[in-house]
Amino acid sequence: MATSSGRCSVEPPLFGSHSGQDPIKALYPMVNEEETPLPRCWSSKDKYSFIGLSQNNLRVHYKGHGKNHKDAASVRATNPIPAACGLYYYEVKIVSKGRDGYMGIGLSSQGVNMNRLPGWDKNSFGYHGDDGHSFCSSGSGHPYGPTFTTGDVIGCGINLIDNVCFYTKNGHYLGVAFTDLPSQLYPTVGLQTPGEVVDANFGQAPFVFDIGEMMRELQCRVRTTIQNFPVPDTYGQWQTMLHRMVSTYLVHHGYCSTAEAFARSTSQDFDEELTSIKNRQKIQKLVLGGRMGEAIETVQQLYPGLLENNHNLLFMLKVRQFIEMVNGTDTEVRGVSRSPSRPPTHESSPSPPCWSNGRTTDPVPGTSSTPPSSSTTSTPVIQQHTSVIQSTKNVIGSGPTSASPVTTEELNQRNAQDIRATSPPSATNGTTPVIHPPAPSGSSSSSSSSSSSNSSSNMHDSDTEMECMEPNSHHLQETNNSLGDTSHSNGFSNGFSKDVDIQDENEEAMEVENSLGSRKMCGGNPAAIERMLAFGREVQHMSQVLRRELGKNDHNKKMLQDAFSLLAYNDPWNSPVGWQLDPLQREPVCQSLNSAILESHQLPRRPPLEICVAHTKQLINLMSRSGLGSCAFASVDSILGSQQ
Amino acid sequence: MEVLPTYMDVEHSRAYIDQLYSNDSQKCFQAVSELKFAVIGSVREKGSIIEQGVVVRLLQILRAPDLDILLKTEVATVLNSLAKGLPEHAASLVQAGLLPVLWEQLEACVGGSGTSAYTQMILCCLRSVYRQGCAPPPPSWDHKLLTTLIQHGYHPPCNQECVANILAHACKVSRTCEQQQQLVDAGGADLVACMLCSPVSRVQLPALHCLAAMCYNNERVSSIIATKSYGGKAVPDLLVGLMARDRPQDMQLAAATSLTFLHRSGALSADDPKIIFKTLQCLVRMCRRDREVWERVEAANTLAYLTEVSTELQRTAAMTDHLIDTMNDYLKDTTSSTGASVPQGICGSPISCRQYDNPSTWPELMLEAALKVYASLSANDEDIRQRVIKTDGLMNTIVTSLSAACPPVQLAAVRCLHSLSRSVHTIRTTFQDHMVWRPLMTVLKTSNNEELVTVASSTLCNLLLEFSPSKEHILDQGAVEFLCGLTRRPHPGLRLNAVWALMNMAFQAEHRVKVSILHHLGTDQIFRLLSDTDVHILMKTLGLLRNLLSTKGHIDQIMQCHGKEIMQVIPNVKLQIAATFCISNLIWNVEEGAAERQNKLREMGVYKLLQNLMTTTDTALFDKVKIALQQFH
Repeated sequence: MATSSGRCSVEPPLFGSHSGQDPIKALYPMVNEEETPLPRCWSSKDKYSFIGLSQNNLRVHYKGHGKNHKDAASVRATNPIPAACGLYYYEVKIVSKGRDGYMGIGLSSQGVNMNRLPGWDKNSFGYHGDDGHSFCSSGSGHPYGPTFTTGDVIGCGINLIDNVCFYTKNGHYLGVAFTDLPSQLYPTVGLQTPGEVVDANFGQAPFVFDIGEMMRELQCRVRTTIQNFPVPDTYGQWQTMLHRMVSTYLVHHGYCSTAEAFARSTSQDFDEELTSIKNRQKIQKLVLGGRMGEAIETVQQLYPGLLENNHNLLFMLKVRQFIEMVNGTDTEVRGVSRSPSRPPTHESSPSPPCWSNGRTTDPVPGTSSTPPSSSTTSTPVIQQHTSVIQSTKNVIGSGPTSASPVTTEELNQRNAQDIRATSPPSATNGTTPVIHPPAPSGSSSSSSSSSSSNSSSNMHDSDTEMECMEPNSHHLQETNNSLGDTSHSNGFSNGFSKDVDIQDENEEAMEVENSLGSRKMCGGNPAAIERMLAFGREVQHMSQVLRRELGKNDHNKKMLQDAFSLLAYNDPWNSPVGWQLDPLQREPVCQSLNSAILESHQLPRRPPLEICVAHTKQLINLMSRSGLGSCAFASVDSILGSQQ
Repeated sequence: MEVLPTYMDVEHSRAYIDQLYSNDSQKCFQAVSELKFAVIGSVREKGSIIEQGVVVRLLQILRAPDLDILLKTEVATVLNSLAKGLPEHAASLVQAGLLPVLWEQLEACVGGSGTSAYTQMILCCLRSVYRQGCAPPPPSWDHKLLTTLIQHGYHPPCNQECVANILAHACKVSRTCEQQQQLVDAGGADLVACMLCSPVSRVQLPALHCLAAMCYNNERVSSIIATKSYGGKAVPDLLVGLMARDRPQDMQLAAATSLTFLHRSGALSADDPKIIFKTLQCLVRMCRRDREVWERVEAANTLAYLTEVSTELQRTAAMTDHLIDTMNDYLKDTTSSTGASVPQGICGSPISCRQYDNPSTWPELMLEAALKVYASLSANDEDIRQRVIKTDGLMNTIVTSLSAACPPVQLAAVRCLHSLSRSVHTIRTTFQDHMVWRPLMTVLKTSNNEELVTVASSTLCNLLLEFSPSKEHILDQGAVEFLCGLTRRPHPGLRLNAVWALMNMAFQAEHRVKVSILHHLGTDQIFRLLSDTDVHILMKTLGLLRNLLSTKGHIDQIMQCHGKEIMQVIPNVKLQIAATFCISNLIWNVEEGAAERQNKLREMGVYKLLQNLMTTTDTALFDKVKIALQQFH
């Protein structure tokens, strides 16, 4: 959404994409309303008795006798202004100036006397209509702006970066009124004589003043600050660190050739042998291609002892293998079911959800049953990162648990939230404790983006497909490129499994022709179904053994239940549990396996680059909680996006 | 890299310079290439090459019809590099006749194939020369040439940038109405609209400067430009987009300037939100302390121009973002920024013609700009005037600036004083306290700047109003003689102000003042003024006569001295009208003592004369006479 260079786009990236949403929320995208709700109306409790409210608590009228200043009355909004607004603004229309027009508009802290006009007391700030003076925690005002009266619209804005307050009158900017404001201020209005009526607009309707443009200016300023932030790099350590981050990322995800080339040009070494990377790459391709049987075999072959020591992981792989059998993609059923009329594999499953944002990564790791080994030989920095992340994780409480059963709708929702705000998704199904370390959902979204582009590219050749891929799905592209083969036009999921053995490719390509027909379980081959059922019993047995040995595990139970539920439907793809057949569900499995392999070699479970992004997001959340308004304009995604 | 001893340098230069004159185009090309590498990035080398007179040979190569286009392109590259040196270097190139050759080559490029790199380089070279601010506009603004230039401005972006810069600078150097019109006729408005939509800010910015230059003070061109559009968006809307707060500041300022000029030329009204909200706020924002000095000065000057006429804009500006206080900073900054270090690479706006290069001039520029803003703000609204007057130290600054050495500051100070002099309250209090008449009279008597004297005399008019305590002092300074002298000036504005001032002076004045006026002015001059082609001057002269001839005693005395001359006026129709007017005034029924005057005039035979005039064929005169006669009882 922020792909234009900013300089040439008239519409800004941040404020253009919220039509149809809650307009107040849209003004302040970085505010997490669960922690810090926005002011949306006047408080019916936090007001003096001479104040009356109407029209959804947006209209304020005076109902005292209004003899002198002792009859002044104020009302605060329901919530204080969250710092993560960055720039907060509300407008008040003077419906009637009443008898004398002694009206004050401004801000005050909780607990400030409501039998007063805003500005008269400590931690209270107001602009008064009768004399145009500004009152800064004092009974005597200073000349500030013009007077205001019936029909005028007065706006009050607070810049939470510089902690200053300004006003507008009928859309004209009057300038800064107060500086060095305290935090946690509430929008406040005060009235003093009969007949005074004002209406508030907290953003539910368009403002008279163009606040959006001011926000863009601040955003631009914050971004410039970030981009120009000086990094003292006397000994080139900074650059070396950046190089390492890139290199470890490439290695982690198994982009061998790229990693090799990068390491060559930046003269670094790997922590891992090239063959090991290639092995992992091979396994990842198998998993992502749905060939679980082969994948498990390969792991057992290449990393003896890994699965034997990690039963839960093995169980997860087996369950996935079962699902792939139903899908008709696993090698065991493929071998049997292969026939010219074989119904299509999963690639013709209903269009994957359109997760348009391929770069949304939410790398907060889930609770891991296997904490990082302390005896690891990897760099201490990385260890430290991991632990910090896990501690911040505890603070948030709900990390994304991609491995837990989540409906596609939920995932959609979650990802959509990720696009809007980088706060940790809350839609996660938190009922099931996670046993297996979940993979970052980022990789699943990249998979989804690739598969969505894939589904649409059935009619195109794969050159086009590659071009329309999101940049962050480049590991998929990379795989294709590394094989020097861009001619696959079979629409096969994400271009992985076909690469494992090239001889399959032509058949795959031919099979596409009738891929749009109806799908049948295990490719509709009775022998394959037999095998699948036998395998199912095997998995169930394993589950029982696991239960005996390791105790009850709700997650494993649910996983198995969901998998077996597929058999209850004629058309599992269109069943309530059909989401399991979606190729993107291979991503978390793949990530878990990859992380386990790396961990067994004393390598970090997650690449430092992803940890760094996660850190940054956490820090921005922390800024929000600490009242630092700049966080409103420091969205990691939009900053990364704007630098393309 | 420039540590080579000089002799080596010369030797080295000679080697390829000799080859430059070779007839062998291969050798020549080689030499030009070497020359190119020698001059790129070295100011000293550029200077040395120009001194050696190589330019003439280079131009010769460009003009040779049979030489290879690659060679020519290389030559143009060298010339471009030379032009990018010091302004003196560019000036020498212009002197050597570079421009006509380049224009000629540009014309020759049209339609030719395989010439795009060459065209591009020619345009770059022109751009570099113009950017140095030393070049005259394109020769005679030839329509064909302009059209060619504008055609090149659409594509690609580097050509757009060059053309935009050439036009922007050329417009700055001379922007007469005809040239503005010519530019539009040649397709300039469409091109600029297209350039505003370019994604490259280096194209947009000069395009904005060009647009501003085209619109400035030109109603016709402005109305054309305001209706142009590109990509479905009208130019004014495009400008608002470029003025957005997240745009680069120089672009915001340039867009605001363009909108200001469009407004002042009548293409956008003052209450258009694009003007009263967007443009106004943008300019006020650009005046803030955290901006560059040149931006603050330009913004304030533009703001002063924007708000010069419309009361609505003045009121809005006066309440926007503490503008009156901000301008006070401009006055105070005069000392603090003097010793400030020169920011490197300060370029100012490309059309500023190096106005901001010398930091020692900044205080004066800021002072001038602020005084202009104050002058505009306080032109019409008394509340604003009082707020302005209360500005700390403003009156002292005005008084000192009146006697400043720098004419623009003087003019700005007089303008400010003029606006403030519209306040009765101010004339009676602040002006009296600060004895503003002294420096004002000095300015009037010593300056030969017509604009300055016009504004100053206009201010004097206000200071001579009967309630003004300054009136006596001004008389003491020899104002009568001066003003009477001013009525003889060719500039109609000056004559008008002079007569006006005399009229005010004569209002309910003592007899000696009136006599002095009549004495210094002389009846001849009064009659000359009565026959002035400018109707305002005529009216004020009649007003002057009326004032001179008010209250019975004075009339009697004056009629005794000058009655005959007044009567002589009758033969000339125009004068007849004026005189009848005058008589009407004298005999106006409502006035005290009218009956006596009527009798007196009747005695003099005026009634009869008027009756005779009823036979006139001139309807205007007939009406006046009729009215006058009706006044007689």
